[in-house]
Amino acid sequence: MNWTWFHKLASPPHFYRLAGRIAPWFGWPALLLIVMGLYGGLLLAPPDYQQGEAFRIVYVHAPAAWMSMFIYGTMAIAAAIGLIWRMKLAHAVAAAAAPVGAWFTFAALVTGSLWGKPMWGTWWQWDARMTSELILLFLYLGLIALRASIDDRDRADRASGVLALVGVINLPIIHYSVYWWNTLHQGATIAKFGKPSMPWEMLWPLLAMFLGFTLYFGAVLMTRLRGEVIRRERDASWLREELAR
Amino acid sequence: MNLAEFFAMGGYAAYVWPSFGLTLFLLIHNVRSARRLHASAREQAMRRLDASRKPA
Repeated sequence: MNWTWFHKLASPPHFYRLAGRIAPWFGWPALLLIVMGLYGGLLLAPPDYQQGEAFRIVYVHAPAAWMSMFIYGTMAIAAAIGLIWRMKLAHAVAAAAAPVGAWFTFAALVTGSLWGKPMWGTWWQWDARMTSELILLFLYLGLIALRASIDDRDRADRASGVLALVGVINLPIIHYSVYWWNTLHQGATIAKFGKPSMPWEMLWPLLAMFLGFTLYFGAVLMTRLRGEVIRRERDASWLREELAR
Repeated sequence: MNLAEFFAMGGYAAYVWPSFGLTLFLLIHNVRSARRLHASAREQAMRRLDASRKPA
């Protein structure tokens, strides 16, 4: 197999330009999908027969929760690649992803709380799903703080890479918490075997939001990575040429 | 459905709108902060290059 493309991808000047070119290809479809999802979710989907209009919170809560885990997974894979193959760009991916993941985790918790109050009668419960999601937020914040506390870039990369990998154990716990323990949180609606338990008018805006949020993350990650790459390559000669243009 | 009904969200307005508001804020904030990060990294690198070019 020819690995030239991989080495080329990992080369900072090449990646810097590539990231700038592909960010809009993530960003514009993301915007379109999110606008469609909001329109469909708020206006076209019928109210839920049990939850009434309150169920519409699902259109921001579930995609935010999905992103909180998807970004953690991305970050952990990047950290593993960085630790195993000493690929600096992979560590840059992990560093760039963490704050975005923390925001989505925060949003998943707050929107969940805003949904829980009218439906369950409580803002918060120390049950498995909510507690493990809160731990995810602490993991993100811990990673950001750890990185900020170590001046040496390589050491910061390695230390946060190891912490990110240890924290992966939390992802299956979050996902399966609703089956393993008796929780207040409802079970899966889409990601389960067989047919999703939602009519199509309710389902498509949700799918649009999931895909839109995922592409949105791609665009934000590319832009953050361009900043990360410059910071890490500040003495490289290619940067001189790039910035002079 | 009229506009007032839409905003009332069947009595759940106080829960639905803050959820959507927070999420939209997050989406806009993350784009802006990513752009700021990139721009400030460029600016800092540029200043560093200018400083190193000057004769000692």
